[in-house]
Amino acid sequence: MAELKFDKNGRLLFTKEMKKEYTILCPMMLPIHFELFVNVFRNCGYTVELLTNDGPNIVQEGLKYVHNDTCYPALLVIGQFMDALHSGKYDLDRTALIITQTGGGCRASNYIHLLRKALHKANLDQIPVISLNLSGLESNPGFSLSLSIIRKMAAAMVYGDMLTLLHNQVKPYEINPGQSEKLVNRWTKSLSGQFNHNDGMSLKEQESNLRAIVREFAQIPVKRVPKIRVGVVGEIYVKYAAFANNHLEDFLAEQGCEVNVPGLMNFLLFKVDNRLEDIKLYGGSKIKYTVVNWLFQYLTKIQNMFCQVLRSEGGFEIPATYAHIKKLVKGVIGYGNKMGEGWLLTAEMLELAEAGYENIVCAQPFGCLPNHICGKGMIHKIKAVNPAANIVPIDYDPSATKVNQENRIKLMLAVARENLQKNTCNEEVSPVE
Amino acid sequence: MMRIGLDVGSTTIKCVVLNDADTIIYQSYERHFSQITQKMTDLLSKIQKDVLRGEKAQLTVSGSAGMGIAQTCHLPFVQEVYATRVATSRLAPDTDVIIELGGEDAKILFLSGGLEVRMNGTCAGGTGAFIDQMATLLHLSLDEMNEEAEHYEKIYTIASRCGVFAKSDIQPLLNQGARKSDICASIFAAVANQTIAGLAQGRPISGKVLYLGGPLTFLSRLRFAFDTALKETGLCPENSLYYVALGAAFCSEKTEEAIDLNEALGNIANYGNTAAFLFIPPLFENQEEYDAFRKRHDSCKAPRGDIASYEGDVYLGIDAGSTTVKAVILGRDGELLDSIYKSNSGNPVPIVREYLLHILKTYPKLHIASAAVTGYGEELLKNAFGVDFGIVETVAHFTAAKEFLPDVDFVIDIGGQDMKCFKIRNGAVDNIFLNEACSSGCGSFLQTFANTLGYDIAEFAKLGLFAKRPVDLGSRCTVFMNSSVKQAQKDGATTEDISAGLSVSVVKNALYKVIRASSPEELGRNIVVQGGTFLNDAVLRVFEKEMGVHVVRPDISGLMGAYGAAIYAKRRQPSASSLIGLEELENFSHEVKVTSCGLCNNHCRLTVNIFGGNRRFIGGNRCEKPVTKRSGKDSEELNMYAFKLSELLSYKPIPGPRGKIGLPMGLNLYELLPFWHTFFTKLGFEVVTSPLSNRELYIKGQSTIPSDTVCFPAKLMHGHVLTLIEQGVDTIFYPCMSYNFDEHLGDNHYNCPVVAYYPEVIAANTAALKGKNFIHEYVGIHRKKDFPKKILNILNQHIEGASFTLPEVSEAAQAAYEEYDDYLRRIREKGEEMIESARKEKKPIIVLSGRPYHLDPEINHGIDKLITSLGAAVISEDVLSNRVKRFRTHVLNQWTYHARLYAAAKYIGDQPDMNLVQLVSFGCGVDAITTDEVRSILEENGKIYTQIKIDEITNLGAVKIRLRSLFAALEQ
Repeated sequence: MAELKFDKNGRLLFTKEMKKEYTILCPMMLPIHFELFVNVFRNCGYTVELLTNDGPNIVQEGLKYVHNDTCYPALLVIGQFMDALHSGKYDLDRTALIITQTGGGCRASNYIHLLRKALHKANLDQIPVISLNLSGLESNPGFSLSLSIIRKMAAAMVYGDMLTLLHNQVKPYEINPGQSEKLVNRWTKSLSGQFNHNDGMSLKEQESNLRAIVREFAQIPVKRVPKIRVGVVGEIYVKYAAFANNHLEDFLAEQGCEVNVPGLMNFLLFKVDNRLEDIKLYGGSKIKYTVVNWLFQYLTKIQNMFCQVLRSEGGFEIPATYAHIKKLVKGVIGYGNKMGEGWLLTAEMLELAEAGYENIVCAQPFGCLPNHICGKGMIHKIKAVNPAANIVPIDYDPSATKVNQENRIKLMLAVARENLQKNTCNEEVSPVE
Repeated sequence: MMRIGLDVGSTTIKCVVLNDADTIIYQSYERHFSQITQKMTDLLSKIQKDVLRGEKAQLTVSGSAGMGIAQTCHLPFVQEVYATRVATSRLAPDTDVIIELGGEDAKILFLSGGLEVRMNGTCAGGTGAFIDQMATLLHLSLDEMNEEAEHYEKIYTIASRCGVFAKSDIQPLLNQGARKSDICASIFAAVANQTIAGLAQGRPISGKVLYLGGPLTFLSRLRFAFDTALKETGLCPENSLYYVALGAAFCSEKTEEAIDLNEALGNIANYGNTAAFLFIPPLFENQEEYDAFRKRHDSCKAPRGDIASYEGDVYLGIDAGSTTVKAVILGRDGELLDSIYKSNSGNPVPIVREYLLHILKTYPKLHIASAAVTGYGEELLKNAFGVDFGIVETVAHFTAAKEFLPDVDFVIDIGGQDMKCFKIRNGAVDNIFLNEACSSGCGSFLQTFANTLGYDIAEFAKLGLFAKRPVDLGSRCTVFMNSSVKQAQKDGATTEDISAGLSVSVVKNALYKVIRASSPEELGRNIVVQGGTFLNDAVLRVFEKEMGVHVVRPDISGLMGAYGAAIYAKRRQPSASSLIGLEELENFSHEVKVTSCGLCNNHCRLTVNIFGGNRRFIGGNRCEKPVTKRSGKDSEELNMYAFKLSELLSYKPIPGPRGKIGLPMGLNLYELLPFWHTFFTKLGFEVVTSPLSNRELYIKGQSTIPSDTVCFPAKLMHGHVLTLIEQGVDTIFYPCMSYNFDEHLGDNHYNCPVVAYYPEVIAANTAALKGKNFIHEYVGIHRKKDFPKKILNILNQHIEGASFTLPEVSEAAQAAYEEYDDYLRRIREKGEEMIESARKEKKPIIVLSGRPYHLDPEINHGIDKLITSLGAAVISEDVLSNRVKRFRTHVLNQWTYHARLYAAAKYIGDQPDMNLVQLVSFGCGVDAITTDEVRSILEENGKIYTQIKIDEITNLGAVKIRLRSLFAALEQ
């Protein structure tokens, strides 16, 4: 059995032996993306399991082990880990956890520390926690992000974004329900297979895969009836994780809406760009600027290719490029606003409204600090820019009830429906209950 | 065809039936006591029989509680705000704004000039349920409240953000003897302010205003409060209760199809039978289990004596709690002779007087040799009756608990409104947990809930014992609980299930929210539970189950505070008790005057209680000034907060050639004023700051706050910027700052997101800034070298006609950095002086720590003065933070201000006369992380951690308990 080793600060390390013996648990956020991510790690020799446990016990475990005033995502991520660890499914002497770490000015940078505190409280100090980050924080001898992994992860993100986008745009109009779902599953499998053979990573391969994906989705028979189009924005975890937002997307689908949840790519570009903006605003190293800018340009190239593919295959809404979205927000909020989702959140709302998804749910954890500013704080200004914007901010936390949340969303939908009827006059409108 | 509109709200069910001519042929309004399916069935059956008489009809449901039922039963549904709008467009088409208050919702609809609908968020309690809660607290019916409010003389500030907050504002007022009519009017004013501030979000309310919904229909004084706040005269139209129902009926036209009422009734009946709510195992499986449980607890008894045959010295203990008054009489062997447990009905004085009269008259052979009082009403009663001792609650409870379990190591007391628990270490009270303002659920919550469901508390609690499926309601603040209960009821939970569920929540709140225990062992194994709420067997059972240990519940569980006080009085028996005698009691008088104290800028609202025999008591004060009538100069000498504030106030505007530039005095400006003042003065500006915060300034900006859950210090910024504008300042400088100075104490040196970016919120939501020059660029003072270049660009870009040069800006920056360093140096020098003086005078030193902006008296509510009045010196964390080298924390140490907290906590580890008290702003997300860390740093060194949560309004009574317990623990 692997020996427990610690660094000089007393942090338990994930060793090379552990890589062979341990199962690494990964929390859930975006099912399509994360399934692909996990496969990337498996191909590189790690035993990884994506947690799919759901249900009220996650919240209970979170409440028990995390300071209750901490933001809801921390509570859920840690709650999901604790629920899994206490489930009896895992050998607790051969289990490790992995979690992302950003290092920004928001509370989220502290998740990994809160997780360790929770493990300590639960007498599970023997469980190593791996920090997944690109900033060189907390190294572990048994875990490294090779260039190959990073490239695969980037590709996985691109595929995830594309599958999510197409799934969202096709599913509400399917003639044979379930077809797009099936297609997503088939592609997830196929792409993981390609990664296994070190395929599907180059820009060229990505392009041909994406093209094939778009084509197949375009072939799904649909009936395009006017539907209420709803954009979902907000704090990244609550926005994406279904059990954090009380299955918001399912609820909206039930209400007969087409949902648009912007993908991860712009968030990643935003986080990279922040480093450039910092240097522009406050000064800093030219070398650092050049290196980061190279990465930024590389990602921009991928995004352009992504949009190009969608454009040439036709029939789908093309997401806004980072450059466009950044231009939209100019004069509304500063580029220096970078903690959490920062100005990107404001920008996404503006962009959604511009693209015809003017009905927006802004999902955030109760008391989310950055969202006081760039979510709720900006709604007034967004409406001044685009009076059609119909935004409802919804708070999520362990005791916010579904009834209250749904009631407020329904109010937003009632207004949306009226606008839709005005705009489509005599066309058939799908009912909203 | 007839149309039925059904509005199922959170507390009432409203119904109208319209005929073809849109005439109302039937209408009804009743409370549903959460028996929603039952009431719906009754109502629809009645309509079917008496109104429709076989005719066809359409039906549309609306309302928050109707949503789920409509969906499951396939009935047409329309969202209630939308329904209101539909009704208004038919019935009062020239309306500009609608204000509608419901049971748990508050809504504002702007109709003219761009439709907007606003609904309260999940954290807004200024609604019907809130007013109900307040009525219960005051023992008044709603009508009586309305009547009382007519005769008001003065308005107190009460937070109506949530019922719990308001309760903690109102209770001290009651205890201090404030008039009920003033309180009623203040409650209505608070609701009006809350609704307008929370929902208007900067949009002016004017034109034709319509008042709708139950509270605004029934309470004329509430309408008056809204009229006053809006400076408009709103209209409460005919059928103001039925707008939602009417709107729903109007919406039916679109569906055209008639509804099969029989089928609908069947569906509704079935709906009640589905059980999709979350539940936990029953508390007791059967009667035997319960009997065994009773037997075990019944054996824990305090010794009794017979008062009728007793003669001689007795000892009196009084516990004037937030909602009840308890008193006990002990004999010379500590035997319990007599006791009372009464609701205080807003004023404990007459109850205690009556009790004393009763005892002294009925048992003339008794002589009260010594008396002690504890609890919220401690000082009032002590002065009213000349009680010998006043002791802090924690000490009283610990004293009592020891009588039952000598090696007790943990005491938990859940009373009406407070939850107190503490650990005992080395025979002293250590580690006190009091519920913070937002989770003070507890007993009064159970009681209010019992009342809304039509039960008395004892009866209600019993229901839960054998509930088959207790609802899992989670642990959180009570306002949220209302909606959880609503949802459970919707899902078919019985009253029994809910009763049990609420008991579970009270316990979970205590364990996971207040104490935040993860394992029972951590709390101790010898536990005494007390307080009125534990008289409830269901709560006790849940507690034992959750803790996995048998606990001791004394049979006088509800009297423990009074019992402890009596024991304390007995142990310290004075040679002659100062308690007033029979004659004085009979001629007792009690008069209350309300006044404002003008001795400092806190302007406390004082209630002066005057009793016979020159005894008086002043309540509502934060310091000793109004009592001693001194200006309190000497106590400020050892108060770092006062020193820092006076240092900051010494930065006065100096007229300069470039005109005025305004700095809003809040958030990080409290730290950076020396920097920016020097910088801009050097550049030739006249630097004007907004004045110190006060209530009026806050109210001024309140309506422009977009997020009602942001911290209070941030909310104040709105008022500061508006005040600057009123002062005629056209250029306002309030920069965004991601980064703060790097003091090399942590891993990074950020500002928290709110401090960093609040200028963006001000810019986006302040209409009055139009035409003004509001400079809120991103500035990095942490990069000393780059700063002049960067700020030069900003200035030249934003100051019209200016062309600053790099050398002059660099020079100003240089001076600014120097001044800032000098300011810190002055604080540290003065701090060192204060520490020395305190040590000379053998005074304890309290490191009152938080953020720089906690200096603002409107934010700290004079807690610094409260501490000095208790005989300690107050210093701030920045006095000590530079005495510690960077060290490893368990969390990412990435915010400059917070790194100082950790450093100060570390430093006092080996300073026996220093203790740390942390001020935490309600809603501060960052402090969810720092508080735990500061606690663990302190506890590693055997120090006691004391946290004080502060908000817009702070209950200083609770603050005092914490501080006095801390001092009591230090004495031992």
